Amino acid sequence: MSVEQAGQMARPELVCPAGTPAALRTAVDAGADAVYCGLANATNARNFPGLNFSVPELEKAIPYARKGGTKVLLAVNSFATAPGADLWHRAIDTGASLGVDAVIVADIGVAAYAARTHPGLRLHLSVQAGASSPEAIKYYCREFNVKRVVLPRILTIAEISAIHDLIPCEIEAFVFGNIGMMAEGRCSLTNYITGQSTNMDGVCSPASAVRFEKQTDGAMTARLGDFEIDCYEAGENAGYPTICKGRYLTPGRNAPYYAFEEPVSLNLSSLLPDLVKAGVSALKIEGRQRSRSYVRAVVTAYRRAIDDIMDGQPPDLSALVALTEGGKQTQGAFKSKKWR
Amino acid sequence: MTRLNLTMGPLIFHWPADKKRDFWFRIADEAPVDTACIGETICSKRTPYFDDRQYEEVAQRLERGGKKVVWSTLCEVMIKGDSKIVARTSRRPDAEIEVNDASALWHLSGRPHRIGPAFNVYNSETMQYLARKGARHFCLGAELPAPTIAALGKTAAELNVGLEVQIFGRMSLALSARCYHARAHDRTKDDCRFVCENDPDGMELTTRSNTPFLSINGIQTLSHRYLNLAHELRDLAEMGVATFRLSPHSCDMVAVAGTYRALLDGKIDATEADELLVEHGVPQPMANGFFHQRPGLERVAPGPD
Repeated sequence: MSVEQAGQMARPELVCPAGTPAALRTAVDAGADAVYCGLANATNARNFPGLNFSVPELEKAIPYARKGGTKVLLAVNSFATAPGADLWHRAIDTGASLGVDAVIVADIGVAAYAARTHPGLRLHLSVQAGASSPEAIKYYCREFNVKRVVLPRILTIAEISAIHDLIPCEIEAFVFGNIGMMAEGRCSLTNYITGQSTNMDGVCSPASAVRFEKQTDGAMTARLGDFEIDCYEAGENAGYPTICKGRYLTPGRNAPYYAFEEPVSLNLSSLLPDLVKAGVSALKIEGRQRSRSYVRAVVTAYRRAIDDIMDGQPPDLSALVALTEGGKQTQGAFKSKKWR
Repeated sequence: MTRLNLTMGPLIFHWPADKKRDFWFRIADEAPVDTACIGETICSKRTPYFDDRQYEEVAQRLERGGKKVVWSTLCEVMIKGDSKIVARTSRRPDAEIEVNDASALWHLSGRPHRIGPAFNVYNSETMQYLARKGARHFCLGAELPAPTIAALGKTAAELNVGLEVQIFGRMSLALSARCYHARAHDRTKDDCRFVCENDPDGMELTTRSNTPFLSINGIQTLSHRYLNLAHELRDLAEMGVATFRLSPHSCDMVAVAGTYRALLDGKIDATEADELLVEHGVPQPMANGFFHQRPGLERVAPGPD
């Protein structure tokens, strides 16, 4: 890409995961334009033990981010579940009173509450809302004055570009990290097996239901609940048993295969200029459950890549491959419809 | 007490056109259901095989059979073709539309409509908001537990809107952009050659050690086990649920509907209904876990009456 082309692009916002206060500081220091985080309860879609923020922690983190010029986005993006939907409303109130830059919501009731109670609070539509068509996105903009949509990881760049021309809000797109196969906000697979719900509890493949069993031949079986999600030969790297990343049998197959998706990570670094040209104004890195060193490495690499591209330089992206799941990466749906 | 109703949900599988037509004609003529939901809800690529005109014929037959007809929209709307179909269904004059995603709401908000099970309604505020914008009837998603259904039942009564839950058939657990049916056959969604037609109740997916696990219907992942809430019907009715949905399968759905109708009418008890479902060839064991806040695949034994 030439310098002239780079000059035409608006500088995208780099949106980074902050699973803990320490990860937030790390992301800020590494050059994040924005961080997203959640409260330590069922109100966000990464409700894992040891993750997320208490209210005092969030209160303390915001000035740190501000000093680094970084925005703070609060994810309240699971589905408020009756009885007890108050918990989600209180999370919205917390975000408003602490002055976060936006809250990320998925649930109609939560969005309606936020728009009604805190009309000045900026709303982003979470990927959990699963708004994948221009009409769906326009609905949320019209009803709740949503300012930005986080697009599902299922669209090609050409489709993103077409959507951009039809909607009145900004687009945020995932560029790196775990690639969820199922439409977000509409997956009950974990609940079917474990009794804990992704939509209601913010939980996917909870560690409490995971078991690894060594077989006599040295193979390792990975289970979720009673079900064998995968089995790894001796010497093979055992993965975490997520239902949509397991190997199974179907009638047409004579060997176990990844029926949904291989355990790979999304890495769109080489498509960044195309994404920005398609109208994506924020680039999101997945991984609130990841370590500080991971966050530091990915944010640093993406910070440099975006700056290089904006300066008209070819970005160096080699460091990112080592950080992808098992060293395997994919461009997922973004590059081509063949992925589907 | 309000009359308790049965709905035949949309046919989610890709059956050959004549089989599909015969199925709906037989439901129209023989099944003791009050409402029938028609239309393709899973994959827009299937719609040319059973187009609007064929569904209109089905709708007329259902109405002649005394059934209320509801048109259900696509659950996942992603490509232009999907959007067009949703727009067309939403603009259908004088039709009752069941909304399964927000793009249908874009068209229907402000006009009377129904909310389908693929649209997340987990709390009273959501129900109130949608009702204010024209939603008159809600069919809840399969994963909601009893306390949530009870809370929504109260809200539905206050709003004077209908409340429905699925009580029979495989449960929808996930939707995806990718077609897993095509993938199983080393094809892509664009080049699927409609391989999903070969599996009238979904494609069995087992673990590596051959334990039945899930079932694949194109872009949709279903439970392996069929849902059966025969023993929960009375509790559901007390919570304010007055309509019960059967999701069609290749077993004798007229007999299945007859069984639940007899149960609702007090002619048989829930244990007898269970036995009749076995006789009708419904795969066993069946599941009711979600309602009891247990893993969805579990079968929780009925408590003492």
